[in-house]
Formats: sequence, C-alpha cells, structure tokens
Amino acid sequence: MSELPSEHADTSATPLSPNRPGAETNPTQDAVGRRSRRRLNPSLLVGGSLVCLIVVMALVSFVWTPHDPTLVNSATRLQEPSSDYWFGTDKFGRDVFSQIMVGSRTTLFVGFVAVGVAAVIGVPVGILAGMVPRWFGELLMRGNDLLLAFPALLLAIMFAAVYGASTLVAMIAIGIATVPSFARLIRSGTLQVLRTDYVLAARAAGRGPFAIGTRHVLPNVSSLVTVQASVSFAIAVLAEAALSFLGFGTPPPTPSWGRMLQESQELLFLAPRLAVFPGVAIAVAVLGFNLLGDGLRDRFDPKLDDRR
Amino acid sequence: MTLRLLQRLAILVASLVVSSVIVFAFMAVLPGDPARVALGVNASDAAVAEMRSEFGLDRSPVAQYLSWVRGLVTLDPGSSYVSGTAIGPQLADRLQVTLWLVVTAMVVALVVAIPVGTVMAVRHRQVSGLALSAVSQLGVAIPAFLAGILLITVFAVKLGWLPANGWTPPADDPAMFLKQLVLPVASLGLVQAAVLTRYVRSAVLDVLREDYLRTARAKGLPPMRALVRHGLRNAAVPVVTVLGLQLATLLIGAVVVERVFVIPGLGSLLLDSVSQRDLIMVQDVVMILVMAVLVVNFVVDLLYVLIDPRLRVSAR
Repeated sequence: MSELPSEHADTSATPLSPNRPGAETNPTQDAVGRRSRRRLNPSLLVGGSLVCLIVVMALVSFVWTPHDPTLVNSATRLQEPSSDYWFGTDKFGRDVFSQIMVGSRTTLFVGFVAVGVAAVIGVPVGILAGMVPRWFGELLMRGNDLLLAFPALLLAIMFAAVYGASTLVAMIAIGIATVPSFARLIRSGTLQVLRTDYVLAARAAGRGPFAIGTRHVLPNVSSLVTVQASVSFAIAVLAEAALSFLGFGTPPPTPSWGRMLQESQELLFLAPRLAVFPGVAIAVAVLGFNLLGDGLRDRFDPKLDDRR
Repeated sequence: MTLRLLQRLAILVASLVVSSVIVFAFMAVLPGDPARVALGVNASDAAVAEMRSEFGLDRSPVAQYLSWVRGLVTLDPGSSYVSGTAIGPQLADRLQVTLWLVVTAMVVALVVAIPVGTVMAVRHRQVSGLALSAVSQLGVAIPAFLAGILLITVFAVKLGWLPANGWTPPADDPAMFLKQLVLPVASLGLVQAAVLTRYVRSAVLDVLREDYLRTARAKGLPPMRALVRHGLRNAAVPVVTVLGLQLATLLIGAVVVERVFVIPGLGSLLLDSVSQRDLIMVQDVVMILVMAVLVVNFVVDLLYVLIDPRLRVSAR
C-alpha cells in the first residue's frame, strides 16, 4: 500500500519547534520562540481584525444595542436604513443592526463550544493514535476517516431528528464532526515529535509514555491545535448558519444570522437588503477565522514563507 | 494492483458495515421507540403496539438491522412509518435530482478551478495572482446557500433573467430544466471552485519547484507548455484527493441549496422527513449520502494509481 498524498501534505506542513534551550540558534526554529521579531503577515492582520470586530460586537451587545433586537413593532415594519435604524428593520419591525449584533453572540458561542468539543476529543485521540503501536494507530485513523463521511451538517440534522432542534444539539453535532480533522493533524504532529532527539532522551531517562505525551508531545503540537481551532471555528460558523437557515439551529426569538437569512428569503423581491446584511456578517466571520488560521500557520511554520 | 484493489475493496465494505451500524444505532435504537416518535406522545398504547408489529419494530435490534440492510441491498427498503408509502421509488426519484445538481456543480467547479488555480500559482508573486487568491478566499467564506440567495437577488429579482426557484424534469421541458438548473448549480459550483482553486494553486506551486519541471524548461519548453505537459499530471494527485473529500461537502451543500431553490431532491426529502419525524426515511437518506461519500472516496483511491504510475510500484 502506498502512502496517501494527503499524509505527505500534512507532515510537510507541520510546524514543530522543540522547546529546548539552544533551539534559538537554529534559524528554522525561531519562529515560535521569537515571534515578536517576525513581520506581521497580512493574513494574520486582516483575519485578526475581522475576528476582533465580531468579538467586540458580541461583547458590546451585552450592554448596548441601538434597539431591542426582539421587539416586534408593526409601526416600523420594513423600514429602509436610516440614522435611527442603521440597517433598517425586518418584516416584524425589529432593528436589523441590533439583531446582527446579538446574532454574533450566537455565532461565537456555538463556534466556541463546537471547537472545544472537537479539541477535547480530537487532541487526546490524535496523540494516542501517534503513540500506540502502529497497527492500532492506523485502526484509529480508519475509524477517524469514517467520521469524515458524516459532515457537520448531516450529523447535526441526524441529531435534530432524534433530539429535536436546539443550540446545544447543534454545537455538539458540529463539534463531533470536527473531531477527525483535529485527530488526523495531531497524530501526524505527534509522530514527528516522537522522532526527535529530546523524546529519545526523555525515553532514555526513563520517562513513561504518559509523561512524554503530556510534557513533550502536547506542548509541541499546541501550535497545530491553535491553527486547527481557528480553521474549525470557520467551519462551525458555516454549519451553524446553515442549520439555523434550515430551522434546526438556534430557536427563535434569539437572533441568529442563519435564521435572519431564512426570514429574508420570502422578502427577496421586496427588501433584498435583509439578506445582504446577515450574509455579509457570516462571510466576515468565516473569512476572519480562515485568514486568522492561515496567518497563524504561516507564523508557526517558517518553511512556508516563500509561498506568500 | 489486484492486491491494492482487493485491499481497498475490503476497507470499503468494512466502512459501509460500520457506518450502517452507526446510522442504525443512532436513528433506530437511540430514539427509543420509533413508533411512538412517529405517532406522537398522545397516541394510545394499542395504536403504538399495532404499528410496532406492522413494521416489525417489536423484533430484536439485530433482526431489525439485518432486515434494514437487506432492504437497502436488494433496493427494496420497505415503506415509511409515517406516510405508509414505498420508500424505494421516492429515493430513486430524489436521488436523480440531487445527482444532476451535484455532478454538474462538480464539473463547473473543476472547469473554473483548474485554470484559475494554475494561473494563481504561476503568477503567485504578481498582483493578478494575489487578486485571484483574495477572490477565492472570499468565495470560501460564502456558504453555497448564501451564494444562492445572492444570485437569486441579482439574476431573478433585479435582472429577471432566470427563474428564482423550481424544478422541471429534463424530459418534460428541457429548456425550462436548464434555466432552473443554472442558479443552483452556479451557487454550488462556484463556492466549490473557490475551495478547489486553493488546492490547485498549492499543488501547482509544489510542482513548479520540482527538478523535472526545471529540466523541461532547460530543454527549451516554454513555461506554460512545460507545466501542462509535465506538471499538471503530478499536481492532479493531491487535487483528486481533495475532490473526493469535497464531494461530502457538495452533497451536504446540495441539501441546503435544494431548500433555497425549492428543488425536490434528496435534501428536501431529508429535511421534510425530519420535520415529519419519519425516522426510517431519515435513516435511509442519511445512509445513501454516507454511502455515496464512501464509494467516491474508494474510486478516488483507485484513481491515484491511474494518475501517478509511481504508486503502482511503491507497494509497502
């Protein structure tokens, strides 16, 4: 059996710099240790700013929104954008801007919990799959690949069919569907760390597998976890938007960008802007997390520098 | 080669068995009593018991699983608990519609992504290459259903060129069929193309640094001819891998896009069945989608060998 090309890609792009004294002298390994000296790359800058924008919007929405986002008012139905209603109002007279603000809370919350679930399961499984005997690791990865046949949205629809639609169900389903990408990446990182001299030294010094896993492997794959978390966050935002659009996500009246899109669809001929604002919000969030992930990957992996 | 085929076939069968057990356990065992779910909490015990015996739900889970699998393999999955209609013909009809969408969208994605991704790689230090990269990055951030809504807004609402939604079977009215196909296929295909261009770009970038390409240039081939004759075949291996994985995304994207464009495909069937609590139908549709993904990945695995002759000899 030949090696899968995807595995080549994984290992070649794996940023690993051992946390050991003297590593700074090696020019290829100072990316993590002395990150302040590296030029801020554009992906990181733009991605970070967009993510900050969403986070600030969510935080501000706890203390202030221009209007009550759930207040139904027939007198203000379908108003065009104005100084009072910045993005206008929807068919129930609710302020669109306030809904977008509060909707960012839903998006971040779902993304955070989903990525948390994925990392908490995926990282230990990935490290384990790298440290156990090869045949067992391969078996774990086969099971892992099988999960890839269940995309986040499909899993979430299955969960919704059995347990009914709710934010919690959506978060857990998206989280479980994101486990395989974490596990696969962390395993390839683990295999690389295990080949290093310092792990050999730790083994020679009599350290057990648990100590090697937690003290050597985990810290050295943490940059991979950060990158994957950012990319998975973007996937979670997309999945949440689609689920809410289909009516399987956050139930009303809690504002959610996906449901705003769904509500806008019947009014496309009358007020297409109602689709544009939540649409832009979703795209900004996904773009932000994707760019942040790309930027972090570049920063952690100096090998990729010349691709810019 | 034969060994590899058999090996892959064994993995495919094992994956199908395991995933069918997962789907069955999840949809038929976890919810407790599917009859109770279908009839609602207010149904009398007698009605529930009658339904359980009618659909064989009073048998052991193993017996139920085996008869479900037998139904799928013999293409006769029985009838729905909720509507009482036969499942097989419905699945066949809906699958046909979804296949139209997914296959044409994949073709559109490839036709756009291969040239654009190659240009992005060749000009990766120039403004045009970077601009294309930025556009593709933006495309990745737009989910297919959002692209669908935006395309409807522009081409159906503002310009009035194309119908906003609907579906006509190709045999009934080919012209209408094509008109209605354009927007859903564009929304699925272009978003997919955005994802694919990024993989094509990085695959071609890798190839550009290879010695054999330098050799081809050195013997006097112009850059584009060298790339097309020696590079693209090598760049195809990682792209084909991604293609297999992307099919899962495309299928699930079609589920949502079908809802946007009111298309009676597998996705609409899945969503309607979920809202009607028709668990057996949900179970069958989910299994078909998963099966499609696994089979395509199997085919992709075999395709590597056709594309890259090196893999034929490097048996581990």
